[in-house]
Amino acid sequence: MKKSLLNEFMKGLTRENPILIIMLGLCSVLAVSTDVANGVGMSLGFSFVLITAELLSSAFRKIIPNEVRIPIFLIFIAVPTTIVDLIMKAYFPPLSKSMGVFIPLIVVNCIVLGRVEAFSSKKSLSESFMDSLGMAFGYSWVIILLSVIREILGKGTFLGKEIFSKNFEPMAILSFPPGGFFLIAIFIAILNGILKRRS
Amino acid sequence: MFSNLIKIVIAATIVDNMVFIRYLALCSYVGITNSIDASIGMTFAVIFVQTLATAITWIIFHFFLRGLEYLQIIVFIFTIASLVQLVEIYLKKNVPSLYKAMGIYLPLITTNCMILAVTLINVDKNYNFIESLVYAIGSALGYGIALLILAGVRERLRVSNVPKFFRGYPLVFASMALIAIAFLGFKGLIK
Repeated sequence: MKKSLLNEFMKGLTRENPILIIMLGLCSVLAVSTDVANGVGMSLGFSFVLITAELLSSAFRKIIPNEVRIPIFLIFIAVPTTIVDLIMKAYFPPLSKSMGVFIPLIVVNCIVLGRVEAFSSKKSLSESFMDSLGMAFGYSWVIILLSVIREILGKGTFLGKEIFSKNFEPMAILSFPPGGFFLIAIFIAILNGILKRRS
Repeated sequence: MFSNLIKIVIAATIVDNMVFIRYLALCSYVGITNSIDASIGMTFAVIFVQTLATAITWIIFHFFLRGLEYLQIIVFIFTIASLVQLVEIYLKKNVPSLYKAMGIYLPLITTNCMILAVTLINVDKNYNFIESLVYAIGSALGYGIALLILAGVRERLRVSNVPKFFRGYPLVFASMALIAIAFLGFKGLIK
């Protein structure tokens, strides 16, 4: 019992990583990962929405009629997203501004709807909680690592502070869209290589 | 007035291309560009739904959501979801050939983040009704252009010889990076 719960958690980190293996939710990952602060903020907001939505849909799974399940899931996702959006606007206005439209877009993030529809609407509360936690961590490590690389090499800063001497010439392309595409390509190739060698 | 509209179209289609510059709609984008036919079907479905969704959400926001702006996300996503459902039912009954041609792409559009993003951007930029519609059509066209470019590139990639670990998605993203560099070149086009 305990081992299977741990398994639900671990699979999100690498083997079924929502971004690198299942290839969902890429828009927000690439768009937001230009700064470390954005990456951390996005992963916190995303984790909150995912965990809440999975818990809600698992808790109510026996009384939701099959025909109207998608609209009900949309409520479960849209409400926590609105909460995150309003909190960001109220307490972190600069962060909210630089992430722009991507916080409301958590509503249509395919990972959230996909996990709710395929997993938590059929599984128990504890399994759903472990699954959402694993997926949230899987999402977070990719986006934070990506944003650390992109901010340090692309802008020469970390959390907004200069960390190199004046001689360092930042690779500006990394903080532009092409750099994001290229880095994610390398990430996927590396993870694929590791997973294939292991199996 | 007219030149302003042309500016909006060029900005939405090329300079701020939805896929390569703004990173929107990537999930469906990577999934669909397997074939050119599918890309064309998706483009028309998106243009259609995007225009309708923009018109309806603009009216809802400006006439019914005064003072209730915090409900924006929930109201917009419900409008889009039910709109897609209605269009599906209507087409199935009255234009079955079109319904068949659009097939799976119609339901997929609900989770296409571009539709919701464009309606939100329109509100954010305070566009009037005509400008919103023009922006919606322009951005959908930009999405179509991006689909066609990558679909063409992927037909060629299928026969290319690359290292084993780079096959599949990594190669697709690397090509997207190269196309995105080309699109960055348009950056100074509009001030």
